[in-house]
Parts: sequence; C-alpha cells; structure tokens
Amino acid sequence: MHEMALAEGILDIALDYAKQNEAKRIAEVGLLIGEMSGVEQESLRFSFDMLVKGTIAEGAKLVIKDVPLMGKCSKCGKEFHIEHYDFWCPECKDGVLTTISGREMKVEYLEVD
Amino acid sequence: MAEIQVMKNILGENDRIAAENQAMFAAKGVYVVNLMGSPGAGKTSVLEKTMEKLKDELKMAVIEGDLFTSKDADRIERHGVPVIQINTAGGCHLDAPMVQKVAQQMDLDNLDLLIVENVGNLVCPAEFAVGEDDKAVVLSITEGDDKPLKYPLIFKESAIAMLNKVDILPYCNFNMESAKEDITTLHPGMKVLEISCTTGQGIDEWCDWLKKKVAEKKNG
Repeated sequence: MHEMALAEGILDIALDYAKQNEAKRIAEVGLLIGEMSGVEQESLRFSFDMLVKGTIAEGAKLVIKDVPLMGKCSKCGKEFHIEHYDFWCPECKDGVLTTISGREMKVEYLEVD
Repeated sequence: MAEIQVMKNILGENDRIAAENQAMFAAKGVYVVNLMGSPGAGKTSVLEKTMEKLKDELKMAVIEGDLFTSKDADRIERHGVPVIQINTAGGCHLDAPMVQKVAQQMDLDNLDLLIVENVGNLVCPAEFAVGEDDKAVVLSITEGDDKPLKYPLIFKESAIAMLNKVDILPYCNFNMESAKEDITTLHPGMKVLEISCTTGQGIDEWCDWLKKKVAEKKNG
C-alpha cells in the first residue's frame, strides 16, 4: 500500500546520486529488499515506472535482489533462516532469534550513462 | 555505462527526520507511543479509556492521524486533552515529517505522554517511524485470529499488543490461545493484553504499562 512512497524514495536517491556523478541517464536501479519488508514488488515496479516518466531515469530497469530473513540465536549464537516468522531458535529450547537480515529496503547501485 | 555504488536506505529520509523528532521529544522527557491497528480495531476507544484513567495523573496530548475527517479528533477533544489533527488526504500512514510539523507547535515543556494515533492500517504504519519510543498495536478479535501471521511486521515492531473487544469473545470464532501463540512466536516476550473498551477489562494494565514507560523516560 505504501509502494508509491517507496518508489518516490528510490527515485529521489537515484536522481541525487546520478546528479552527484554527472550522469546523463539512469539505465538500471538495483534494490535490496528483505523478505520481511512487506514490499509488494509488482506494485513497486508499477509505481516506479509511473514516477520515472519525464526524468533521466525514464525506462530504467528495476533489479530487485531478495534478502532472506535470517536470525541469530541469543543462546547458541547460530544463524538460521527464519521459517514462518518463528523467532524461537529451532535448536535451543528457549533461545530467541534476533533479526540480522531480511528487513532491508535499500538502493544498492545504479547503472548510469 | 558505469556502476555507482549507493547502499542507501529507501526510507532513510523519513528515518533521519524520525531521529530528529526522537531527539526533540527526549530533550523534553516526553514519552511517545505510536498507536496502530486496522480501521475499527478500537484505537480511538482505547485512547478514550486511557484519557479517562490518566488525564488527571499525566500531562497528555494526542496527535490524531486520519485520512480525511476530524471525527476521531472530535472524540478526543471532548475529554479535554489537547489534540492535533493530521489529515493525510488519502495517505495510508503518518510519517516523520508530518509529525514533526505538528509537534513543533505543541507545548512539549508541559507534556509527559504523547500518543500518536496512526491511520487505520495493519501494513504501512509499521514501516514508517515517526519518532516514537514504542509502537503499540490494537487488534480486535472480530478481525480474526489469523491476523498476526498475516501481518507479522506490525506485531514484530510493536512493544505491546492489545486484543480488543474480548467481551464478545463467546460470539466470535476467535481462538485466543492460537492468536497469542502466533504473536509470541513471531515476537518472543511481547506483552499481550486482552482488553475490552466496553467493560474496561485490561485497561488498567495498559495504563500501568504506559505510566511505567513515562516514568522511565522522565528518569532518563
């Protein structure tokens, strides 16, 4: 539901970095999107494609890298992929998993001309 | 063609302003809670009960997020607590710049507790920090016991969950045990309260929780 706000954030960052690097055109925008970020990717792409019209990012390809939801156990220190949002350690009896990745919403890189 | 490394948070600008808000509230020792939940979950009713209990004990104010109307703000105003309305004009959540704009007009020197009632929505408000100390989520049992796992982020991000309308539990197909188990699976140790704004059940516990948080904030 807030994908338009995210698309605006992405475009702002992209245009800012393109300007700093004196780029004439943005061809590709790489994103890191965590498994637990709640981003609806189709809707993000749709919003982004609408917003870029008339900017130097018009037609830019949005490349999304999914980042798995990983947690580290407070007791045994092992790292696990968190399944079904279960934040209890699958090995220790009462260890709790602290999120170490999977909440990202980042612009990773730009491809520019 | 050249590649530029960026590694920047998409919501970085919101987070930056949320941090400014947090510093502004911290400087005045104001405890801020971001109250979230679906439309009709009972956020405003919880607020009304909270004001009845706490307004003589604590200096309170409310920021009321609403899509278009001032219906909720009018309900708050009747209790004699200062309230500022933010209309998001269709926006599905409050963000840090909106809260900053109105907080700057508030008398923060004369305030212990600021409750920000977010726009009714179980998804977006969880992503947008506004400068709060804690998030709190209200889920009404009529919404169904499957909601915590369907909307995990809001339960993961909140410090406390209130399961509201428990007075009508006998008439609802809501499995309390399974809902609580799902909540504490995705957020081990989370405080979960069964409340009813009709009977007043659980409201004291919620108010005690708030009072403790306010005291902790005052004592730095």
